[in-house]
Amino acid sequence: MNILDVRDLTIRTADGRVLVDRLSLTIDPGERLGLIGESGSGKSLTTLAVLGLLPDGMTATGSVELAGTQIVGAREKQLTDVRGRDAAIVFQEPLTALDPLMRVGKQIAEPLARRRGLKGAALKRAVTEALEQVRLPEPGRIARAFPHEISGGQRQRVALAMALACDPKLLIADEPTTALDVTVQSEMLDLLDTLVRERDMAVLFVSHDLAVVSKVTDRVLVMKDGHAVEEGDVREIVRAPREEYTRALVASARQLESALDLRSTR
Amino acid sequence: MTPVLDAMTPVLEMSAASFAYRGSAAPVVEDISLKIEAGQSLALVGESGAGKTTLLRLLLGLARPTSGTVRFDGDQLNLRDRRQMRRFRRSVQCVFQDPYSSLDPRRRVGSIVSEPLRSLGVDDRRTAVPKVAEALERVGLPADAAERYPHEFSGGQRQRIAIARATVCDPRVLLADEPVSALDVTTRVKVVDLLSELKEERGLTLVMVSHDLSVVASLCEHTAVLERGRIVEQGDTAQVLGAPVDPYTRCLVESVPRLPA
Repeated sequence: MNILDVRDLTIRTADGRVLVDRLSLTIDPGERLGLIGESGSGKSLTTLAVLGLLPDGMTATGSVELAGTQIVGAREKQLTDVRGRDAAIVFQEPLTALDPLMRVGKQIAEPLARRRGLKGAALKRAVTEALEQVRLPEPGRIARAFPHEISGGQRQRVALAMALACDPKLLIADEPTTALDVTVQSEMLDLLDTLVRERDMAVLFVSHDLAVVSKVTDRVLVMKDGHAVEEGDVREIVRAPREEYTRALVASARQLESALDLRSTR
Repeated sequence: MTPVLDAMTPVLEMSAASFAYRGSAAPVVEDISLKIEAGQSLALVGESGAGKTTLLRLLLGLARPTSGTVRFDGDQLNLRDRRQMRRFRRSVQCVFQDPYSSLDPRRRVGSIVSEPLRSLGVDDRRTAVPKVAEALERVGLPADAAERYPHEFSGGQRQRIAIARATVCDPRVLLADEPVSALDVTTRVKVVDLLSELKEERGLTLVMVSHDLSVVASLCEHTAVLERGRIVEQGDTAQVLGAPVDPYTRCLVESVPRLPA
């Protein structure tokens, strides 16, 4: 059975504009899918719809089945059960994803306490373990810190630790490295890859950057203006894009990258 | 009167410049020496907190170095010398990273683009019109753009407006702080192409802050790599990025994600 089965998902604004149009995709347990597109392509909205987190006024129609639960039209109570357990998400900007007034340790403790019913010393130990898992040095210090006291890369690791805390079957990562420096990005991608592999977790990885996506997933779906444009193996798509839009996307990425190549061969 | 310039005098030159905030012990940038010569575009590369933007502010005369000097056409940049500052502002213009916050939402594009001409006293609102039209055309925007407001444009188009504003008074140097980072990749390529055209056709020299090495390699002849406020390596872009000597530069180059072969 698929862990995620999206059929004909359509997302509309309150005034009826269609932002995502009859999108279908599936992810098997342990499988990874990359969602590629530029701003306004509907990729982030799609991930929000999977968790039933669409902004007020937006409506989803069609079907989103997450580990057997129908998300479209589900009540808040059902959604709360699904979030964190079946799927968890890491957002682009860790500074806005974390509560600025709450110590990092407490933020990680919340899902652990709720899902695993941990308390006291056991909870504290679990928080430390969660921080160690994402390779954060000095987990004790980080747990006591407020989000603004740690670096951007560390914050994103904390966000990842929170997402992994309840061992979800599907990890959704929405541009998780876009706000990070390039050396930090490369560490983060390696970490993500390792942790997901160890847990045999399915991944929905959203990005505007083909090169970044190709580091994490094999299969990608290209989106434009709310439509699925093309789906397939990332190497195939980069080598021989079939659709015009994908061709433009790959050509742009190649043009920029080739500037680096010319220089380095001299 | 414009001083007679030796062809070898750098347009902008920084010698042993440092900058520290008042009351803070550690300088943000330290002992920076670099030259910007006409036609030799320079990239300032580094990660967040490396001091790239501070360096740009020093070069723009928006901050004064705590020690060391910034020279413009061979003369020390003096924020109080109004004649020099006027010449400086006409020669050195800038473009910022975020095209959403850098354009005044309440003013029409025509008025935004003509601002440098008016504030430099070169033109009034009326005589600026043909120059604005030309600048907008040069960056590939439709002629009626002048009558519209910034919110009617996409991110890429807004960055073109910012570039039109910066180039309307025919500067020699364009300082750009991450000019394409906020743009989608297909748009990014087009804006990089535009900047490269301006370099070739108008003899514009770019000084660009960027963390994106492929953009740097596309546009700049020289590269300086900054790490924690110091230049760790500088020289020909081909040399610096193609055969980096410094371990930090090497790490930076190796971290760039590449497309699958």
